Amino acid sequence: MSKSKTPVLEVRGLHATVEGEEILQGVDLSIQAGEMHVLMGPNGSGKSTLTNVLAGREGYEITAGEILLDGQNLAVLSPEERAWAGLFLGFQYPSAVEGLANTTFLREVVNGKRKREGKEPLDPLAFLRVLREEIAKIPMPEHLIRRNLNVGFSGGEKKLNEILQLALLEPRLAVLDETDSGLDLDALRNVASAIHRQRTPERSFLLITHYQRLIGALEVAPDRVHIFARGKIVRSGDAKLAEQLEQQGYDALISEAA
Amino acid sequence: MTLTTPDGLTGSEAAARTEEYRWGFETQIETETAPKGLNEQIVRYISAKQNEPEWLLEWRLRAFARWQKMAEPNWAKLSFAPIDYQDAYYWAAPKGDKPKSLDEVDPALLETYEKLGIPLHERAILAGVEGAENLAPSDGRQVAVDAVFDSVSVATTFQETLRKAGVIFCPISEAVREYPELVRKYLGSVVPPGDNKHACLNSAVFTDGSFVYIPEGVRCPMELSTYFRINAAKSGQFERTLIIAEAGSYVSYLEGCTAPMRDENQLHAAVVELVALEGAEIRYATVQNWYPGDKDGKGGIYNFVTKRGLCKGRKSRISWTQVETGSAITWKYPSCVLLGAESEGEFYSVAVTHNRQQADTGTKMLHLAPQTRSRIISKGISAGHGRQTYRGRVKIAPQATGARSFTQCDSLLIGAHCEAHTVPYVENLCRGGIVEHEATTSRLPEEQLFYCQSRGLSAEQAAGLVVNGFCREVLQKLPMEFAVEADRLLQVSLEGAVG
Repeated sequence: MSKSKTPVLEVRGLHATVEGEEILQGVDLSIQAGEMHVLMGPNGSGKSTLTNVLAGREGYEITAGEILLDGQNLAVLSPEERAWAGLFLGFQYPSAVEGLANTTFLREVVNGKRKREGKEPLDPLAFLRVLREEIAKIPMPEHLIRRNLNVGFSGGEKKLNEILQLALLEPRLAVLDETDSGLDLDALRNVASAIHRQRTPERSFLLITHYQRLIGALEVAPDRVHIFARGKIVRSGDAKLAEQLEQQGYDALISEAA
Repeated sequence: MTLTTPDGLTGSEAAARTEEYRWGFETQIETETAPKGLNEQIVRYISAKQNEPEWLLEWRLRAFARWQKMAEPNWAKLSFAPIDYQDAYYWAAPKGDKPKSLDEVDPALLETYEKLGIPLHERAILAGVEGAENLAPSDGRQVAVDAVFDSVSVATTFQETLRKAGVIFCPISEAVREYPELVRKYLGSVVPPGDNKHACLNSAVFTDGSFVYIPEGVRCPMELSTYFRINAAKSGQFERTLIIAEAGSYVSYLEGCTAPMRDENQLHAAVVELVALEGAEIRYATVQNWYPGDKDGKGGIYNFVTKRGLCKGRKSRISWTQVETGSAITWKYPSCVLLGAESEGEFYSVAVTHNRQQADTGTKMLHLAPQTRSRIISKGISAGHGRQTYRGRVKIAPQATGARSFTQCDSLLIGAHCEAHTVPYVENLCRGGIVEHEATTSRLPEEQLFYCQSRGLSAEQAAGLVVNGFCREVLQKLPMEFAVEADRLLQVSLEGAVG
């Protein structure tokens, strides 16, 4: 990857607080088009705070630094405007909404995107055709679209539904938070290959995880692996760093870095 | 006789307010009104205007005498300035006789129907266009409509089709003249004039409303619907609806309501009586969207309504579904008296209170016979400075062996300044009678909103989806044609509540 190109994501000196407490303490991260990065860190290191700050969740305040997506300053944008700018956040615990049919939700999301692109909205039947194609590509069980949004979904089904949304929204950058949590081995493999199928030369990924096992399940090794501790990236390397982590544990690598 | 005038808003003010309440327009039409105020002469005037028989005039006069001695119900959790009953008109009607052809119809009236979203085909029928009844509706929808404009019913569609099925669907004023035995037998039989002060006022001065009669064994071939519209300034609306379903019959009925935006409060005190005989089923749905007043609570309709259904026969069934997004003050408890053994009463409600709206609403289920069932699903949404109380009474009488009642009452709060209260009254006097009550109160979940927003939906769209999901169980009970409208109404009435 040429370093001269504008990165898709550029995070510089990012500090952020939650309820007055500083959680992010100077994050620097640069992801080029088409790259897949993995951010690994122990519980409580601030990984989820980073995803929430990137996505603009209420209650997370940036105190210093900047976040640029394709050169655009995200900090001044609302969560939906960040989505419009090309950011996608795959949730660790996707929300379940009683009474809201998954198809209805997905159609709203897709028609919102089409509207921004100056296209006509899809009626329920036309949308169903589009949806069926995407579902076949993921692949995920079709009956899930007839249920209410994430209601009664297993862990793996929720994650596949996240990837379906990723596929429909076609983001520039997908940040997937703890996508492997709560998955058994088969589900992990399915989700990992579903993620792989979403890769394109233009689209970048930031996978956030606690364990190495998601990386092991990926068909192609990630471009970069970062170790996150005490609110910032303390070490970066290639996929071998994850293996090293698996063998030595967080404590050894983090103290080495310090 | 007065010509109504605009209520003094500048163009841009009116436009701004219309965005919030798009039914707030006023029809510029010549209106005939009774002299202002309320006294025995007015009661006589109304009765004379409708060419009523002597027995009905006497019935009204007795109600009026009683009303003067009654106190307003004061137990509801509502606060509002006292009503000046003398500062209102009790009769207002578009001037002139009923139109015989389109040329005779005031164009302003036609325009009103258009703004209310009544399909073109039905507008033509409502306007009394010759032969319009025989045209097929363009969208295949078959809904008979009765439109009540201020005090009078202006037209009813599909009367002929219904008549062939033996169904009577007409203005109650007409029913009084055409079917006096039926009206006399049932009027006040479910809600007697002395039931409460508002119902008593209605009994004295009720003007128009719909009358429905479904003969034995007949399944009404289409949805019946009434649009109520208050147009004239300072006029109250006191319609009265009476639906009788003979043994083994079925009918689904929907009422919709709108009013212009005005700075003063207007009174709406309706009475609805339903009678279901053996094995009959009545489904009654309301989409109530009276003008709710402005952001600061100025103006709006006082909606004081008494609705009650009598499950008179064995295995009869009455269900109330209401979507209440309008009115400044709502005082309303559609109820079921389960008199027939194995009869069933249902109440499905969505109520929204936003800005300064107040609603005290709920239901009563009176189990008076064995094996009766009732089911109550209430969804309350409060936003802004809205204040809402669910008030429900379930009574199981000693003789109602094997009776069961279930209540699910959920409140959703949006913002920090609104209120939701739940006041259940349970009287289980029968050993073996089962009464279940579940209630929840929650805030609009931030994480659900954030989840939707992260998919590119605005906070408002996100809230709309979550609120719609919250209400789904009730909205599903509405006839298909109106579920879409009700959904849109929810979105509109919660505009500005989040984000």
